[in-house]
Amino acid sequence: MALTIKEDVTVLFAGDSGDGMQLTGNMFTDTHAHFGNDLSTFPNFPAEIRAPQGSLAGVSGFQIRFGSIEIFTPGDACDVLVAMNAAALKTNLHSLKNSGTIIANSSGFDSKNLRLAGYENNPLESGELSGYQLYIIDVTKLTRTALSESGLGQKDIDRTKNMFVLGFLLWMFDRSPDGPTEFINQKFKKNEPVRTANLNVLAAGYNYGETTNTFTSRYTVKPARLAPGKYRSVNGNQALSLGLVAASEQSGLQLFYGSYPITPASTLLHYLSSYKNFNVKTFQAEDEIAAVCSAIGASFGGALGVTGSSGPGVALKGEAIGLAMILELPLIICNIQRGGPSTGLPTKTEQSDLFQAYYGRNGEAPIPVISSRSPSDCFWAALEASRIAIEHMTPVMLLSDGYIANGSEPWKFPNTKDLPGITPPLARPGQRDEKYLPYDRDEKLVRKWAIPGMEGLIHRIGGLEKEEKTGNVSYDPVNHENMVKIRAKRVEIIADSIPAQELDSGSPGGDLLVIGWGSTYGVIKAAVKQALAKGHAVAHAHLRYLNPFPKNLFELMSSYDKILIPEMNSGQLKHLLQGRYLIPIEGMNKIRGIPFTSKEIEEKIDSILS
Amino acid sequence: MATEALKSKDFVTDQDVRWCPGCGDYSILKQVQQVMADSGRDPQDIVFISGIGCAARFPYYMETYGMHGIHGRAPALASGLKAINKDLSVWVVTGDGDCLSIGGNHFIHLLRRNFDLNLLLFNNEIYGLTKGQYSPTSPLGRRTGSSPMGVIDTPFRPMELAFGAKGTFIARSMDRDPKHLREVLQHADDHMGTSFVEIYQNCNVFNDGAFFTFTEKATKKQNALFLTQGEPLVFGENEEWGVRLNDLRPEIVSLEQYSKNDLWIHDAKDRFKATVLCQFDDLKNGEIPYPRPFGVIYQEERPTYEDQLENLHNQAVIEKGSGKLDQLLAGSRVWEIM
Repeated sequence: MALTIKEDVTVLFAGDSGDGMQLTGNMFTDTHAHFGNDLSTFPNFPAEIRAPQGSLAGVSGFQIRFGSIEIFTPGDACDVLVAMNAAALKTNLHSLKNSGTIIANSSGFDSKNLRLAGYENNPLESGELSGYQLYIIDVTKLTRTALSESGLGQKDIDRTKNMFVLGFLLWMFDRSPDGPTEFINQKFKKNEPVRTANLNVLAAGYNYGETTNTFTSRYTVKPARLAPGKYRSVNGNQALSLGLVAASEQSGLQLFYGSYPITPASTLLHYLSSYKNFNVKTFQAEDEIAAVCSAIGASFGGALGVTGSSGPGVALKGEAIGLAMILELPLIICNIQRGGPSTGLPTKTEQSDLFQAYYGRNGEAPIPVISSRSPSDCFWAALEASRIAIEHMTPVMLLSDGYIANGSEPWKFPNTKDLPGITPPLARPGQRDEKYLPYDRDEKLVRKWAIPGMEGLIHRIGGLEKEEKTGNVSYDPVNHENMVKIRAKRVEIIADSIPAQELDSGSPGGDLLVIGWGSTYGVIKAAVKQALAKGHAVAHAHLRYLNPFPKNLFELMSSYDKILIPEMNSGQLKHLLQGRYLIPIEGMNKIRGIPFTSKEIEEKIDSILS
Repeated sequence: MATEALKSKDFVTDQDVRWCPGCGDYSILKQVQQVMADSGRDPQDIVFISGIGCAARFPYYMETYGMHGIHGRAPALASGLKAINKDLSVWVVTGDGDCLSIGGNHFIHLLRRNFDLNLLLFNNEIYGLTKGQYSPTSPLGRRTGSSPMGVIDTPFRPMELAFGAKGTFIARSMDRDPKHLREVLQHADDHMGTSFVEIYQNCNVFNDGAFFTFTEKATKKQNALFLTQGEPLVFGENEEWGVRLNDLRPEIVSLEQYSKNDLWIHDAKDRFKATVLCQFDDLKNGEIPYPRPFGVIYQEERPTYEDQLENLHNQAVIEKGSGKLDQLLAGSRVWEIM
């Protein structure tokens, strides 16, 4: 059989939320990562844990793009769509390329499934899929046959059918099933019948490809030319957690994470609570407010206090963030953004909390805002947010979103000896007769951090306006205005210690600068790369620092004729930059709960430059 | 550590105390300062944390570490602090609005978790700082600025709520009985776990005399029931009344008819008796209310949250070894590109 070599392939696994598509996708991803492909994934699941079986609402998807070339996005459209039932086909067919491949589980297209998906005729038989390469496999039946002697009940048997799909896909893409085999051995080492069943079904799927002559196309993707080094696969929330632990080690501070479960931030609490052999304490609080307040209490006690949530939870934390700001204590607030407003679209992605990060508190309460641009970048963003929070004694808002929180990519992880140090501005325990002034400041307007238990530094802090230096409660009008200005200056001054804004691609000066922030990184990068290849004078700058902005940003922006900002909101960064620099900017906005495709941005660039 | 014995004045700060003249808070402040001095603890190891309200000014007046937080959230602030430094002596000072209304959720969760800290509830049955609205402990029918025709919200009984929230130390005292208050605070300080102390505090501006029945000489002995561990429940001008348990019901009896041997012997460790004591505030003997209990109502030994948390960490280190960041960053599956 012909083995076609491809540069990159996008596969979308889609099935009922109980079909195990996320696990299948992750195991498939892992295999390609280890083989040396560059890749990017996009899990897309429903808000309901178990929506009615077979319903459109219950479809769970996992998209992976892997390649021998550099991969920036999980793919605009897929080459292969695995549809475990009719609903999965119906909801995902639009993202399949013309003449793409469909692998359909025929048992998922019985009359009940068809009715639930709203098909009058079975699309596998009606001819309506003639524009695609359609392969129909009765996965359910083949799985049951493979396990007819296993002694397992039908329900348990059916739960392994995702391994059949995985086995078959591994054959189709010429990959060894060794990795998944090892994974199954580990995962089910305490449950022998289930372990054997999964291995048998995995092998059955692989062998089915090998022994059936139906399949004419088989593909292989060579390893990518990634930079030499050691790699692992990482998702955004995992990388963010690791970044926080690294910050704890680099600063010598205990890490305290107070959180209340919320999609898509919950896994931060899962990861961090499993690092108990590190200097990391986690606290599942009774609500969002208690979560942030416990973190503030921990910071008061000399730890790095961190809280994590998504937009609705961050809204609840607003008053407490203001407290941390006026106290001038380190605090990190991770906002893993999702579709809003209100409860909005919990499992979908959006970048619509930038205004909330900037302005979501009473009074004048500016805080630094940092954003991460890809799953592995969450590590660096968390480390940098921690540095600023600790060294400048301030709350920092760290923005990620559902797209990168759940998406994964290969990560050339760092060696800890190469990580930057973080120096907490600790007060020096003094003699009892020396008066400690809690709001005395250094040249960066940073106060010294005195921690309960330290000798000679007893003091009180609070949310009432305080007198400069002493911290005593003060209603003096001039003092208040002065303090408001100092607190604003404290954020502005951070611009002195952050790197100048660099271009990700393109050259300084030209026709168009595309500015992005957060998870649009991959799609913008891919689109600008195409535009550059066409000869356009275009460049891409991606902002990590949203408050304060890098000092050279205005100069950089001014060197282009036009500026475009694609955002998954109605133009929040555009609004901030226009307001700040009085410079015309074109917005490109998508507020659909799904990321941009690079094609969309590429077309926009073309239309601006034509 | 403190080199010489501290006095209560060593806990006085340079800040002017700004409560209204005649406020019950002054007495509470004085007793707390005395108890801190008597504890022998170094002030640098003590932290007072508060939310918002009149009571919440307390930390500014204590020469210890302190934080004046936001409304209702002092228990959460204190939880984080205690979780990362179990050696500190932490005191939460709160009022009936702060603790039971806006902070009600944090209050109940603090109690069930059982951090080793102390929560002092200054109950004056009114909102003082916002100038006289009814609080979650204001009695039914009370006319206030926000209830001109009388309160229709059934009030909480704080001890009952604390008991339902799995509190491990529940006590009550009053601003106008310094000796009793000091004793109760001392017990609270000694208890390993969250010590909840309700303190009847007179707001002489907006709710003057709310507790005079229990605190003033003329009526105190007849209406207040002072509990002592291992002692019978007696009260009255000349200790002429007692409480006995008749099956499940507490019964007020005359000591002319019964001897002290027949009476209910106070045992703060007895969960059942504590349940009944928490009901006294609402019980009546015909038209006459039951005497109101003061002292340590309930005390239970239960592992503290921070000790359990520490155990989990020790166990994790035993199972996985002390964390190595390089290993953590590498994860379980690494591949190398040459």
